[in-house]
Amino acid sequence: MSFLTGNNMTGGYGAADILHDCTIGVEKGEIAVVVGPNGAGKSTAMKALFGMLDLRQGEVLIGGENITSLTPQDRVTRGMGFVPQTSNVFTTMSVEENLEMGAFIRQDDIRGTMNQVYDLFPILKEKRRQPAGELSGGQRQQVAVGRALMTQPEVLMLDEPTAGVSPIVMDELFDRIIEIARTGIAVLMVEQNAKQALQIADKGYVLVQGANRYTDTGAALLANPDVRKAFLGG
Amino acid sequence: MNFLNAITLIGNYLFIPGLTYGCQLALGALGVTLIYAILRYSNFAHGETMAFGTMVTIFATWGLQKLGVSLGPLPTALIAMPVGILMTVVLCLVSDRVVYRYHRKQRSDPVIFLIASIGVMFLYNGLIRFVIGPDDQIFTDGERFIITAREFKTLTGLKEGLAFKTTQGITIVVTAVIVAALFWFLNKTRTGKSMRAYSDNEDLALLSGINPDRVVMVAWILTAALATIAGTLYGLDKSFKPFTYLQILLPIFAAAIVGGIGSPVGAIAGGFVIAFSEVAVTFAYRKFVSYLAPESWQPDGLLQLLSTDYKFAVSFSILVIVLLVRPTGIFRGRSI
Ligand SMILES: Nc1ncnc2c1ncn2[C@@H]1O[C@H](COP(=O)(O)OP(=O)(O)OP(=O)(O)O)[C@@H](O)[C@H]1O
Ligand SMILES: [Mg+2]
Repeated sequence: MSFLTGNNMTGGYGAADILHDCTIGVEKGEIAVVVGPNGAGKSTAMKALFGMLDLRQGEVLIGGENITSLTPQDRVTRGMGFVPQTSNVFTTMSVEENLEMGAFIRQDDIRGTMNQVYDLFPILKEKRRQPAGELSGGQRQQVAVGRALMTQPEVLMLDEPTAGVSPIVMDELFDRIIEIARTGIAVLMVEQNAKQALQIADKGYVLVQGANRYTDTGAALLANPDVRKAFLGG
Repeated sequence: MNFLNAITLIGNYLFIPGLTYGCQLALGALGVTLIYAILRYSNFAHGETMAFGTMVTIFATWGLQKLGVSLGPLPTALIAMPVGILMTVVLCLVSDRVVYRYHRKQRSDPVIFLIASIGVMFLYNGLIRFVIGPDDQIFTDGERFIITAREFKTLTGLKEGLAFKTTQGITIVVTAVIVAALFWFLNKTRTGKSMRAYSDNEDLALLSGINPDRVVMVAWILTAALATIAGTLYGLDKSFKPFTYLQILLPIFAAAIVGGIGSPVGAIAGGFVIAFSEVAVTFAYRKFVSYLAPESWQPDGLLQLLSTDYKFAVSFSILVIVLLVRPTGIFRGRSI
């Protein structure tokens, strides 16, 4: 049993189910990657884990404790952080204010964490007075990840953190994500850049039509000829 | 000399009244914009909220006057205002609890909220007429003028006088203080920033652990305070008549929309744009021109673009033009 797990999740936005008996989990200090075609339900699975979706069946556990009925806000206080796929920064607020808002639930001094984020993403320190809406796509993703780190989460969930960024920045971001995982945080991310993501993944999930198709270590999935042919472009 | 007379004339009839009225509209528009930014609908009950706050302030003023409390040269209403604000906060929070909260839970369309707010408007409207009646109430006391036209004339030796009423001075000073305090709150405090965050991106605010109920509550408290202050200043300046608070809704909405609804800076800019346009278009320029033009060029008519009866047409025209040319308003509305 992983630190964060969604077991046999079934549910959707309305009458029709999007997720069918889907199971996803991640261990502390590890990186788990979810891949699959567009519309497979990857984002939906992330939302389900974060309590933004009513599950008809299944459960979400963190450290063995059942949190299925908690609201997203309560899950934030339980140590979960989430970077959604779209609209993941406060565009009218400065970079620094974005980070402050990330730490909203904390009552203690946040300067230390903010400096850690600035160490991780030096460009943000330079741009800290600038509105996040005026940053480039890659810089914005860094703000988004930084914002989620401000609560000092135990689990960090990222929905396509490298969407729309250049290959170099993508490698950068993956390096940073590895660093984050090394500090003991469980990182669960959805990725379109499946090959690169699986290379850094301890665990990989291939989702198709809301159900688990393949589940294995990142390396094993990369080596699997069926997975390569169908999902990694040969 | 003629030039100075012309300037004084403009100052007396155009600049000072425009500035005062602009302050009143700006405070009103700030309340409308705040509700729009947080609850995402146009609150048609705002004019009546102003009237309600003013009404309570008037009762408190009368009470204080009975007790013999006074502020000397300043109107007693200034110390009565906290009572008005408090009661208006209660009214707004109760209305939110009874009417709007349900629609928030239902995630109703903005247009449903808007219609609900019209219902609330009629309710307040009836309540106010039931309690204080539809008639004019004058509750200004203290010194009437900071400087009268006569004093100004003897002081400067000009033919034109410049009168500056106490209520005008108070309006300008109070507005400056309130606006500065509001901007400090929104930009420097944790709660203020969380309101901007909620307005910017509601879902992300929830993911950051910001409590939406608290944000909404603070928005109502601020709006109630702004409405009471705006209404009281307007009432002090012009006298309190419930019907005028229904009429002032149009220029207030025009101000909020022209500035960019949801933007506090826009609400203030919009307030002055509307106020100065209204005053400038209905001002008779005859005397002004006669000071500047040579003898032979003296105009025959009043040189007034629009009679004051049509002053509401001004805000309406500006509103239509802005919506056609730049629908987001001067300061790109939505999100505070
Ligand atoms: N808010 C929503 N309301 C209703 N249906 C939705 C909503 N969001 C997504 N869906 C539907 O759920 C299905 C899965 O969408 P989801 O966003 O989870 O896919 P995804 O795997 O993340 O795709 P992508 O790789 O394109 O991001 C799609 O068929 C989509 O139409
Ligand atoms: Mg997605």
